[in-house]
Amino acid sequence: MQTRVSAQHSVVSDQDDRALVSVFAAYVATATFWLLFATGIGLLLAFKFGAPDFGPGAWLTFGRLRPIHINDTFYGFASIALVGVSYYVAARSSGAKLYSARLAWIGLVLFNLAAVLGTVALDLGYNDGNLEYREWPWPVRLIFLAALAVTAWNLIGTVARRNSEDIYLSNWYIIGGVLWTCIIATVGVLPWYQYGLGQVAVSGFYMHNAVGLWFTPLALGIFYYALPKLLSRPIYSYALGVFAFWTNLVFYPIIGSHHFLFSPLPWWLQTTAIVFSVAMLVPVWGGSANYLLTMRGRTRDMVHSYPLMFIFVGVMGYLLGSTQGTLEAFRSLQEIWHLTNFTVGHSHLTMYGFVTFAVWGGIYACLPLATGKHPGTLGLAMHFWMALVGSSIYVIALSIGGTIQGLDWIHGLPFIQSVIDMQSYYVWRGVGGTLMFLSHIVFAWNVWRMCYGRSAEVPPLEALRAEEAVA
Amino acid sequence: MNKLVLIVGGSTLVYACLAVMMAILPGIELSKIPAGPNVVPLTPLQAEGRDVYVANGCSYCHTQQVRPLQQDKVFGRPSMAGDFKYQTPELLGSERTGPDLTNIGVRQPSAVWQYLHLYNPRAVVPASIMPAFSWLFDVVPAAPAGATVVSLPKAYAPAQGVVVPTHAAEALIAYLASLKQPALSAADVARSAGSMAAMPGPAAPATAAATTVNAGAPTPAADATYDPAKGEALFTANCASCHQATGEGLPGAFPPLKGNAAVNDDDATQHMQVVLRGAHDLVIDGVKYGSPMPPFADMLSDADIANIIDYERGAWGNHGKPVTAADVAAERAKTP
Repeated sequence: MQTRVSAQHSVVSDQDDRALVSVFAAYVATATFWLLFATGIGLLLAFKFGAPDFGPGAWLTFGRLRPIHINDTFYGFASIALVGVSYYVAARSSGAKLYSARLAWIGLVLFNLAAVLGTVALDLGYNDGNLEYREWPWPVRLIFLAALAVTAWNLIGTVARRNSEDIYLSNWYIIGGVLWTCIIATVGVLPWYQYGLGQVAVSGFYMHNAVGLWFTPLALGIFYYALPKLLSRPIYSYALGVFAFWTNLVFYPIIGSHHFLFSPLPWWLQTTAIVFSVAMLVPVWGGSANYLLTMRGRTRDMVHSYPLMFIFVGVMGYLLGSTQGTLEAFRSLQEIWHLTNFTVGHSHLTMYGFVTFAVWGGIYACLPLATGKHPGTLGLAMHFWMALVGSSIYVIALSIGGTIQGLDWIHGLPFIQSVIDMQSYYVWRGVGGTLMFLSHIVFAWNVWRMCYGRSAEVPPLEALRAEEAVA
Repeated sequence: MNKLVLIVGGSTLVYACLAVMMAILPGIELSKIPAGPNVVPLTPLQAEGRDVYVANGCSYCHTQQVRPLQQDKVFGRPSMAGDFKYQTPELLGSERTGPDLTNIGVRQPSAVWQYLHLYNPRAVVPASIMPAFSWLFDVVPAAPAGATVVSLPKAYAPAQGVVVPTHAAEALIAYLASLKQPALSAADVARSAGSMAAMPGPAAPATAAATTVNAGAPTPAADATYDPAKGEALFTANCASCHQATGEGLPGAFPPLKGNAAVNDDDATQHMQVVLRGAHDLVIDGVKYGSPMPPFADMLSDADIANIIDYERGAWGNHGKPVTAADVAAERAKTP
């Protein structure tokens, strides 16, 4: 079944191929817009920590822009980009054409409509309750749910047309992720059963699952397709991938309450969450080992291929970020880190170091195959290094600063001391954030070259292969 | 096709069951928890203020959950399940860039301070990084009859006219003033003792005796001698947001302690009484201060209050006679 990764798409006609390519390109292009917009807002927010009077007035106030930054990176950028890559992966790994290009376009319009309306609503102060990533007013979240449903239908239809009995592993993760997220979005939006402390329990579930059963499975699905493709080598263990799929599915939904340790939520709910946070090491280490073993002994390929480097960083982000998540769930450590900037560092290590690098790796691996156009090496290098260095500065600064903040509280210093002690770390966060944002501008340029602009000459890895063939 | 049904249908079914178990059933069950004693719904104005709080994302920097941990004691007693009956949407929050607000109505009861701080936090707390909410205020040539006027220090006041809060600001301040933790019932204490058996720190929430600044020692020695560093830290945490680090207060809003007659009087009775019981409408040097000062008797121990008073009596050129924790205990014992 591994051979299907490089399966030919002989059954796919040219016209359907073009439809898939334009769908893929359009998803990536709009996702890129949301990345620039949402991280531009993020940069403004970072400056406000040092200069709180910069950007005055209701529309630019911190508390309205912060949910815009998060919702647009989540549901504008990452969701649209992952769905775009997923369409390509599902169709190509199944050797089938897209079930319906029209449905894919409808989905794209709905995703973007939700992001636009959600952004405007939040900036006008229509916030559905400051509940992490479900701040969009409920009608907007219904539009997003509709987009998910359309996507799920289209992906299932595509994989149902596959040219063999087996279903490639990527499609397990991708279709699973989209369907589970339909359930998460429904649980989050229905109002009738969540009041007061009941809503806290639902928030714990939602804020955790909307990340780990949406972005994680889609990003992992992309790894399972792009890695074998880029290395021309099958995945190390198919069975390990299946094992990680089921363990992730069973363990992950149980651990949401670890966001509310020491709260009045029932003790059993908190303790169960901690126990299964430890159990999550099984799928995380199993999955990461699978990817790293697939890459074993191919360092030379990696240093010659930025798509591979992006994926390698993504895998390391998954491994480190998820392991860190397990540690944060221990009561003894959460006593220091909870409610501090350490958490913000963690969310950027996972959403950026893992998910966003996976998205970029997937796009750089697949989009040139679809369009036949390549970004230049300079553009790839600038994007990769600025994003990596920037996000490292960001995460390290907030991890150190957050620890100091937590210790200040434990040592009983006046609260304002923890604000003063964070100042230099806020500056470093701004430095890292600036590099990250600059890398996104370069990424936009690369996307332009892969989709609509002028292609670079030859992709580096092919040049390496040619060189090896001569030798 | 069978395999697709198995993977897609099977995993979705598993997930749906887990979602019911971990989100929907706990949601239904916990929504039924009754209100604790004296936990009451908000008035219409306070509820409107809560909407302003949500619309402007206050809970991205301010939590409303006090954990049963030593470091959270400054914010009040640990939050209990019964506290959340009327809190939908829940505003527990996930980050403390600023302090917890669960009990802010008790910790900072002065509306004068709240308006000033909301207009520009740096007017009262120079190191604050909270956004200025000056856009929740109007600048008018003259205050209409009955309107609250925000008396700003010169550096923050508009060149002309006076600053008055909009209705949204009034509602928000009314909401903040309503954030007061009611005392615990016996049932609540019992429930928390059961669930917090394994908790670090004291299991039974100790409200009255909670020391506000505490370097890890759960029971500070009652007659500790004056410790200037601790006195300054306690002053910063509890007093400086009004009286300022300079001890000069804010003209017209909060009285100075520097050169203050009561602080320099060798008879410290009034000084101790004001800290223990609070004050309002005091006339100092001919200026009447209408803003209430909260009583600290229930928030700080005798030793802590003695430390604060001794700090105030020695700082900024003051020369009042120091007091001991025993003196404070004697004042506390007097019937107010």
